[in-house]
Amino acid sequence: MTFRRAEHAVLRQVLREMLDLLTADDAGEVDDDPLARAVGIGTATEVPDDPALARLFPDAYADDAEASADFRRYTEQGLRQRKSAGLQSALDSLGEEPHEIVLTQDQAYAWLGALNDIRLVLGERLDVTEGFEEVLDSLAEDEPRLALYGIYEFMGWLQDTMVEALSQDL
Amino acid sequence: MSVAPLETVRPEEDVETGSVVVPDKPWVTIVWNDPVNLMSYVTFVLMKHFGYPKEKAAVLMMQVHEEGKSVVSNGTREEMERDVEAMHGYGLWATMSHDQ
Repeated sequence: MTFRRAEHAVLRQVLREMLDLLTADDAGEVDDDPLARAVGIGTATEVPDDPALARLFPDAYADDAEASADFRRYTEQGLRQRKSAGLQSALDSLGEEPHEIVLTQDQAYAWLGALNDIRLVLGERLDVTEGFEEVLDSLAEDEPRLALYGIYEFMGWLQDTMVEALSQDL
Repeated sequence: MSVAPLETVRPEEDVETGSVVVPDKPWVTIVWNDPVNLMSYVTFVLMKHFGYPKEKAAVLMMQVHEEGKSVVSNGTREEMERDVEAMHGYGLWATMSHDQ
């Protein structure tokens, strides 16, 4: 596939911003303990303040705060690292300039996860709810969020296309 | 929707110490509905991670979509922690709880 210049620019921007979001507010990395860092154990025990990050790293136990805190300590840092690595892989295959892109299966999975995470964050920022398409239709043409909705829709289309392609191999 | 039948496990008596060992009872992984995840993607993830056939994955996905949640797997607490972590990795909203 080859992205148009505008699509390429938008994808680069959102992939970078997502990477910044994941790494700027990290999960309390234990920087004085290389072993803990190597195995992905962090110090974060509470749901992130940012609702978008809270959606990406929800509590694992609906009714047990202590178990959720333990689970978070042992998983959130590693999840962030894997998501960041996927975003970086997507950025690398996208490249600086638009070109014909042929993805390996690993790269396609990296893209799939990256697109989904970005859509989750955008969905949170845009207050996307079930049936939001109707809301979209009613927005004024000069509504500032329209551009973001457009990006959200484009990424949904792209993700759906990748799901279809990857489903052939299951 | 149905999940694999849970085995009935009885406490076993340890012959040497006479203490009763209570096995970890079944836990479940629950996937919750959200307005963002694509139906095609949720179905794909359930097929990919759990190895479910498309029909079963689609039934579970529809249950999440229409009823708000669905039990997608069951097993020991450790197994469910792995499933929940994997679901969070895919961006699905998942929790685990002790099956009552």
